[in-house]
Amino acid sequence: MVYDNQREAYGHTLVELGKHNKNIVVLDADLGGSTMGRFFENAYPQRHFEMGIAEANMLSVSAGLACAGKIPFANSFAVFVTGRAFDQIRQTISIGKLNVKIVGSSAGLSDFGDGSTHQSIEDIAIMRAIPNMTVVVPADTNETVQATKAIADYPGPVYLRINRNPYPNVTPADQPFVVGQPTVLKEGSDVVIFATGVTVGMAMEAAQKSSKSVKVVNVSTIKPLDSAKIVELVGSCKYVVTAEEHSIVGGLGGAIAEALHQTSLPIKFLGLKDEFGCSAKNYTELLEHYGITADAIGKLL
Amino acid sequence: MAYSKDLLQSLKEKSQQLRKNVVLSMGVGNAGHLGGSFSSADLVSALYFHKMKHDPKNPKMPDRDRFLLSKGHVAILQYSALAEAGYFPKEELNNTKALGSMLQGHPDVLKTPGIEAGTGSLGQGLSIGLGIALGVALDGLKSRVYVLCGDGELAEGQIWEAAMAAAAFKTDNLVALVDKNGMQAQGAITDRFNIGNIAKKWEAFGWHVIEIDGHNMEEILTALDEAETVKDKPKVIIATTIKGKGVSVGENHPVGFHNAPLSEQDYKQALAELTL
Repeated sequence: MVYDNQREAYGHTLVELGKHNKNIVVLDADLGGSTMGRFFENAYPQRHFEMGIAEANMLSVSAGLACAGKIPFANSFAVFVTGRAFDQIRQTISIGKLNVKIVGSSAGLSDFGDGSTHQSIEDIAIMRAIPNMTVVVPADTNETVQATKAIADYPGPVYLRINRNPYPNVTPADQPFVVGQPTVLKEGSDVVIFATGVTVGMAMEAAQKSSKSVKVVNVSTIKPLDSAKIVELVGSCKYVVTAEEHSIVGGLGGAIAEALHQTSLPIKFLGLKDEFGCSAKNYTELLEHYGITADAIGKLL
Repeated sequence: MAYSKDLLQSLKEKSQQLRKNVVLSMGVGNAGHLGGSFSSADLVSALYFHKMKHDPKNPKMPDRDRFLLSKGHVAILQYSALAEAGYFPKEELNNTKALGSMLQGHPDVLKTPGIEAGTGSLGQGLSIGLGIALGVALDGLKSRVYVLCGDGELAEGQIWEAAMAAAAFKTDNLVALVDKNGMQAQGAITDRFNIGNIAKKWEAFGWHVIEIDGHNMEEILTALDEAETVKDKPKVIIATTIKGKGVSVGENHPVGFHNAPLSEQDYKQALAELTL
């Protein structure tokens, strides 16, 4: 299947999963038409819970559903599901290792029009800091399909970060997703780019245009991150670039820096420079404004 | 419905035993939430030793009734009940809050048999209970979910999110119990953050409201039975209680004994007063 954007890939995959796995339940906070939880609601109304505009309650209810043996997928915009419900996620879901899938939709800058209040630039950092939490950021729609399937079978709390807008696929279709496994999309020996989400395609473009031999690694699981594997992936590269649609504080860049802390490799971070987003007429314009582009990555190579 | 004198007497004795277990598990010189444990003791006794379907030998029995301690700071009371019911040896109570103990300062679902979910950050237990109630209903189970909240806790906004949602879903297998002892950590609720007429609030949110004396065992049992008969609505039992009920040291110092250590003299006196 070809999907227009990650939201649709996610929503349709949930419906497919729900067909065979009756324990899957889905919760929305009045944004099901945007998170695409709506597809599940239409297919299995008994197993979809519209929780109203009340995210904190939605996450604790998800915790309860998990205690009753269900596999809840709790959807909202990334900024709300991680921000408004942080304590609920921490206290009951994460301490208890409950099988709740927290899905942050319209993540990063992808809700370009709504501005800083609705754009999540610190959600990866927030979720990554919580013990027992797994953080998954698919690169494109193909990987969203596979990641959604994988996390449904992966026990324990998972945060899945979903982009709002259409952009080209960079990962192959039907490649099974393994939680915790970074994938090399392009080999290279001078520089390595660790990218996640929408920046993976940009990294590929930058690598292909570069005169250097550039390796591109898609880090679609940001936590758990196998430090030894990251060191191994750097190989003979002289320096490291990280790229993400997120603050450079605490996100992918931070995770890679932690993994490489015993090496003396220089690392360049590409992302929002400890600042909030803002409104724009379209996604491309906004990404350009914050320097999250293939060209900007290219300049770091 | 009339309850036999023997039943009422045995449950009152259990309540006293739970209070005694709390004192024993606190020991001398260790802080513990005595006041809120004692105000809730009769409610918890009625649930664990009469009303709830549960099996200490099979804590995960699918069709069990569930108890959630939204006022998680009185974990020592729930531990006392779980030990008394046989979920683990009573000797474990001596290790409450000790390093490496299965009995943490607040309920921990991974460490203690009989705990259904982690609680303690106030205002969240009712939502968790609602989730369990919805989940067991999907499986066609007859399980009921009981959530014990404090009245001070009702200041948390999430309680009212859960109240709205439970009414919207007509969750009639969910019963909230409000231990209305009138106190919060730093003093009387009315003096600090007066939350007004809580019965009217619950009613306005679409709940069936039952008001009782939370230390009158017959009223507690009657309320729990009434809660079972009302359909298509969640139920709340608002139980007026006394913080520290049962021991003079607690009743006379409801603020001091929110979370305080017992001196050797207080400890001895509390045990002496807690006759069965």
